[in-house]
Amino acid sequence: METKKKTVLIVDDDIDSMTQLTMHMTKMGFNVISADNQKEGEELINANKPDLAIFDLMMDNKDSGFILSYKIKKKYPDVPVIIATAVTAETGMLFGLNTEEEKKWIKADLYLEKGLRYDQLEIEVGKLLNL
Amino acid sequence: MATLKVLIVDDEPGIRSGISRILKNFSVDFPFIDEAFTFESIEAGTGEEALDILNAGPIDIVLLDNKLPGIHGIEVLEHINQKQIDTTVMMITSYASLDLAIKATNNGAYNFVPKPFTPQELKTAMEGITKHVYLSRMTKQLNTEGKQIRFQFLSVLSHELKSPINAVEGYLRIMQDKQVGSNLEDYETMIDRSLERIRGMRSLIMDMLDLTKLENGKKKREITKVDLVQIARLSIDTMTPMAIQKNVKVFIDSDEPSVYLNADSSEIEIIFNNLVSNAVKYNVQDGSVTILIKSEGNKIKVSVADTGIGISEEDITKLFQDFSRIKNERTKGISGSGLGLSIMKKMVEEYYHGQVSVISEPDKGSTFIVEIPQNS
Repeated sequence: METKKKTVLIVDDDIDSMTQLTMHMTKMGFNVISADNQKEGEELINANKPDLAIFDLMMDNKDSGFILSYKIKKKYPDVPVIIATAVTAETGMLFGLNTEEEKKWIKADLYLEKGLRYDQLEIEVGKLLNL
Repeated sequence: MATLKVLIVDDEPGIRSGISRILKNFSVDFPFIDEAFTFESIEAGTGEEALDILNAGPIDIVLLDNKLPGIHGIEVLEHINQKQIDTTVMMITSYASLDLAIKATNNGAYNFVPKPFTPQELKTAMEGITKHVYLSRMTKQLNTEGKQIRFQFLSVLSHELKSPINAVEGYLRIMQDKQVGSNLEDYETMIDRSLERIRGMRSLIMDMLDLTKLENGKKKREITKVDLVQIARLSIDTMTPMAIQKNVKVFIDSDEPSVYLNADSSEIEIIFNNLVSNAVKYNVQDGSVTILIKSEGNKIKVSVADTGIGISEEDITKLFQDFSRIKNERTKGISGSGLGLSIMKKMVEEYYHGQVSVISEPDKGSTFIVEIPQNS
């Protein structure tokens, strides 16, 4: 029986990060649609309902990923969202979903630090999509 | 006009209303402060009452008598000190002993005014305390802003440094797992991209070093007579490999063979390197760069014009910010730290009291102009 390919929306302004994510997700059997900035990301959200979304955090704006996450959850509350970023707690800047206030408007399901391993990514994606 | 809240704590109603009356028609201004300060009085007859008022909301200044019916002034002061209430206290007391004075000062009292005092004495004391309040607030504000900027800078910096590491690491893992087979040729793009990201990181580190020099390097500056034309030539040499790749011609146009400025040559090199490398990097294939250096009246004008991709009006406003990079179809694939222009501008303005401006038209090219007063 042939199952329809699942679609993942990736928005990332780092071309290498995008290349690698696209490669891994394709390998996992996803159909990839992508944009490299917030504006085009928003357009894709308006035009498609993906099965999963992966957003970089800092793009045109420092919180582009959060904004995209908010917008996609407003339109499709059931689409799981992963925010992947190179920003970490090392500088004291916490960008996780820590406070209740943040959780209220940042609706991402998972927050991942970039430099993530392919196998980890596969496990996390599997969990989010109940595969 | 700013109004400072003054809490007057004295058990004698006559003194309280007397002080209130004086303060009502009094304002303080200083030549270095734009606004004048006026005062709003709040009266308390006991130390307990004073504590309630202090705990309820912000009070800028407390005029505090020591001898009060319940708890004494010094105890009110101790409470303020312990709870770290942000206020400035001036003791007004007729029974000022040395012992009390020491105790009060140790608990952070700003000043003493012995009772009885004339209206003029009170006004003079209020001027002093107002200046103190203003200055300590300004210092506090500047410190927090400074910390904020530093903090933001570090978080962006960590992002900029980690992105290339992640990219290279990702490619290496793909190669390690031989994800696209065992032919090395199939990994060529990944290798090229990895090298490109490493180059980008190196230039970020170089820029960071320039910035560090700029921030704490004043003591090491060496001012000599520097020939700008010669430095421009050095910059062109540095950029030649990239210029050849794009077949961009770089010209120097100067009326005289040498134009001198009293400056630190390494700083001038940074300025020229930034201008020339941008002009080549953001140029088109077969484009050109024209560097003009001339002495005009009592200033030196350097302009670097390219025939490159240009900058939109909106993007020009972001151009000189730290880590700001203009992202569009045409800048894709051009690597940079986003620090170069910000460093250059800081250098020109802070060290040479000069100005940097830019004229640009998308798809036609940009001209960066640096003007430096000659006797800076």
